[in-house]
Amino acid sequence: MTYAIQVTGLTKVYQTDKSGPPLRAVDAVSFNVSEGEVFGFLGPNGAGKTTTIRMLTGLARPTAGNASVMGLDLAKDVTRIKKRIGVVPEVSNLYDELSAFDNLVFAMQLYGVPRAERKVRAEELLARFRLSDKRDAPFAKLSRGMKRALTVAAALAHRPPLLFLDEPTTGLDVMSARNLRQMIAGLRKEGVTVFLTTHYLEEAERLCDRIAIIVKGRIVALDTVDGLKADAQSKTVVEVTLADVDNHVETRRVEGESVEAAARTALAPAEGRRVLAINTLRPTLEDVFVKLTGLSAEVMLAEKGGKGQSNAGG
Amino acid sequence: MLADDLRGMFYIGLKDLRAYYFKPPNISWGILFPFAFILAFAIRNPSDLRGLVPGLLALTLLFGTSSMEAIVIVFERRIGALERLLLAPVSLPALLAGKLLGGMVFGLTVTLVVLVIALIAFGAASVNWLVLALAILLSAAAFSALGAFVSVAVKEVFEAQTLANFIRFPMMFLGGVFVPVDSMPFALQVIARVLPLTYAVEALRAALIGGGLADAALDLLALAGFAAVLFALAVRVLAQRVE
Repeated sequence: MTYAIQVTGLTKVYQTDKSGPPLRAVDAVSFNVSEGEVFGFLGPNGAGKTTTIRMLTGLARPTAGNASVMGLDLAKDVTRIKKRIGVVPEVSNLYDELSAFDNLVFAMQLYGVPRAERKVRAEELLARFRLSDKRDAPFAKLSRGMKRALTVAAALAHRPPLLFLDEPTTGLDVMSARNLRQMIAGLRKEGVTVFLTTHYLEEAERLCDRIAIIVKGRIVALDTVDGLKADAQSKTVVEVTLADVDNHVETRRVEGESVEAAARTALAPAEGRRVLAINTLRPTLEDVFVKLTGLSAEVMLAEKGGKGQSNAGG
Repeated sequence: MLADDLRGMFYIGLKDLRAYYFKPPNISWGILFPFAFILAFAIRNPSDLRGLVPGLLALTLLFGTSSMEAIVIVFERRIGALERLLLAPVSLPALLAGKLLGGMVFGLTVTLVVLVIALIAFGAASVNWLVLALAILLSAAAFSALGAFVSVAVKEVFEAQTLANFIRFPMMFLGGVFVPVDSMPFALQVIARVLPLTYAVEALRAALIGGGLADAALDLLALAGFAAVLFALAVRVLAQRVE
């Protein structure tokens, strides 16, 4: 198997406060990402996701450990690595004063795309990201969704085989997020390796081949989505929906060693109430995440300013 | 690697010129501000207009190169755009050299306008063109590096403007633009000798009165030294800031 990323014991320690103890933002993480894979990196705020990306893209120097990216040693070949990767940071960071077209051309100029190819490639990317009619609009005048799409387009301008996406759909409306997800799914078909961090668990579940969950700088789980769910499936989950005489509806979710045991527990407070529904549930990625981190998806989104609202529809 | 750096430097400079420099307010500021100062002194002492030309050119270079240069890096760092450049296959010195290039080209362009007007008004018979070209280029490099150093040394745009003015305005009055350095009190002469503007004014004066390369050699060397030291300091501070 060929790996796009191989990481062993990667560590980043910051001395944030001169008198305080050093902060281990990333603590000896090890993982591999296969070529052509969409690899998800999930975790709450401050877990070390962005720091890991910053180290793998040459923006921050690891304190310890080593990594290779596209077969090149991160410690020795960072400039050559930069030529082979595209990075979409958490904040869309193109130039407000330049048009959509000029931003793409500048991205290609920096990476040495031959002059003859630049115009054609820029037009092609604008068409692909549905921005052709905004070709000459300054970046500042684009909607948030368009800015995000153009930032992804700029990261792909030099045709990198590996793309880092840091929270690509955060803050986008449902349609923009959906469009962007379709684009990411399209990249996988083209064989582009994608390293994706996200707060949206449904997004990770839908897009990623494998997911690593990082908490306080350490990877606590790494598997396929089904594999992670299987680990969480040691107990059966039963959900019952009850209504009292005043039609107040309550939904309860209970874990048990068996369906019968869980159902008995769930139905215990049902006396005098009508049972509207009773379902056995397969664990979701959210269940896995809650189990591993102790944080609910809502808390994670609220941390991010998402107020518990997911844009993961569609 | 060298090809990557040269290409990156060129296109970063070009992008800065398009995105930030060649905008009407910037052009008018770069030209009108030095003219306004010189005009004020010319009205007071109209007998020596020609003597004010080196100072006018030096001020145009100082403000033309450093005004935007002093805020462009801190601005891009604030909006995250600097990270885009740091992710490109371009070394940190080449990235900063690209930033300097933008400031230098803009400063040289507005200075050329002022120079042409001055030469039409006072004639070009006594000009040593080689010394003039070296003086203008090295002054632009030194002032642009000064702007870059200011820009990487602060965290906010308003801090950059404050620091840049804190450095430039005293320099304007102590750098021999309006009063020859030799006629200043000794303590002020000592201060004047650590200011790049002093050497810019003296080198430009030598060039405009037909002095040879030997006459301006020390001033030109000093300007080259200021450019190199300020650039190296700016690279070092930026490296610390982005890690």
